[in-house]
Amino acid sequence: MCLSIPARIVSIDGIMAEVSAGGAIFKAGLHMIENAKVGDYILLHAGFAIQKISEKEAAETIKLFEEMNNSLNE
Amino acid sequence: MKYIDEYRNKDLVMKLTDLINKSVRRDYTFMEVCGGHTAAIHRFGITSLLPGNIKLISGPGCPVCVTGTDFIDKAIAYSKMEDVIITTFGDLIRVPGSASSLEKEKAAGADIRIVLSGLDALEIARINSEKKVIFLGIGFETTAPGTAVTIKLAEKDYIKNFFLLSAHKIMPPAMEAIIKEGVNLDGFICPGHVATITGSAVFNFIPEKFNLSCVITGFEPADILQSILMLIRQVNRNTPKVEIQYSRAVTVNGNSIAQRHLSEVFEPCNAQWRGFGVIPSSGLMLRKDFERFNVENNTPVRINFQEDNELCICGEILRGLKTPYDCPLFADICFPENPLGACMVSNEGSCNTYYKYRLTK
Repeated sequence: MCLSIPARIVSIDGIMAEVSAGGAIFKAGLHMIENAKVGDYILLHAGFAIQKISEKEAAETIKLFEEMNNSLNE
Repeated sequence: MKYIDEYRNKDLVMKLTDLINKSVRRDYTFMEVCGGHTAAIHRFGITSLLPGNIKLISGPGCPVCVTGTDFIDKAIAYSKMEDVIITTFGDLIRVPGSASSLEKEKAAGADIRIVLSGLDALEIARINSEKKVIFLGIGFETTAPGTAVTIKLAEKDYIKNFFLLSAHKIMPPAMEAIIKEGVNLDGFICPGHVATITGSAVFNFIPEKFNLSCVITGFEPADILQSILMLIRQVNRNTPKVEIQYSRAVTVNGNSIAQRHLSEVFEPCNAQWRGFGVIPSSGLMLRKDFERFNVENNTPVRINFQEDNELCICGEILRGLKTPYDCPLFADICFPENPLGACMVSNEGSCNTYYKYRLTK
């Protein structure tokens, strides 16, 4: 139920957006996020964008994975 | 797809598994609270990658599973009224009530429609103004803000035939109930999408009051393995705290806009959880300003509630005390096609997940 999927905003019309996830287009209400732009990635849950996905933090997590990898090799 | 593939990378998964193997020093028991995590753990075969001394147990985070039989009975009673359309998320319609299910009532002719969002339910109300359209509001902090937005839109647009039957719930009180139950735990794999809304800080009481570790976790294999590693390290160092693994979606304070919608429309109330009974301040009810959307005020309904099948152990599974394998009904007479308990219905229910991915006892 709390399943949310990453989706990319493809168009915005007022408070509603069309988002693309895994090749399918869904409608998403933008009532809970600010400054949404076409191309942004959001988490889609039950017809609403519940958060913008942070590109910076995502990159940090991947970096952390790499550091863990290095610490393994030490 | 971006934000999925990189967290399913096989090399990365193997490296994290290797690190976990090198870090274990004792037995560990962690509970994944969220049904989405239960499903992901079994779907990706995470348990088969872990050393034998790490035990993962499922918690109460499947909203369909913890929704009481009386809620289903009420929804069925409303569905039998002439002028009513029931709108519901798909997971709920196969959950057995005392004597029937929404699916059976739909087959018998009741107007029950599956929606993906409260907004779809509101649209059905707009185009069926002669009917009462009742939205079955279930779900935790992730889902409830969407219902709040929907109710505010109904208010703004004077949609008088839209109503809510709410069983929305909040997660932290159930986690506290689990701890007080005495389930033997070292820490929690905390629900990532609940925390997207609430922020990680709502879980601070767990290390502070109960000395247990918490990691807010994403839903891909590398996310889950990294979180398990973070939990192991917390336990090894005896430094229980709340850490955020799922930082691309979760912050300490969460989504303040969603929280505002939620608190404008709902207030806490006591709520009935399957397996637990009533947990204080764990549910969400409409505030006075929005009370007219509460279908139970508008059209009270009587139900003949009967106890669940006495052999069904859904309740104990939801409290982390038993696994589906302990149930005499599991895969014997209880299947996804013929569910006797709620945990066999939802894709996030433990019984459904075990049946799908790990049938061998």
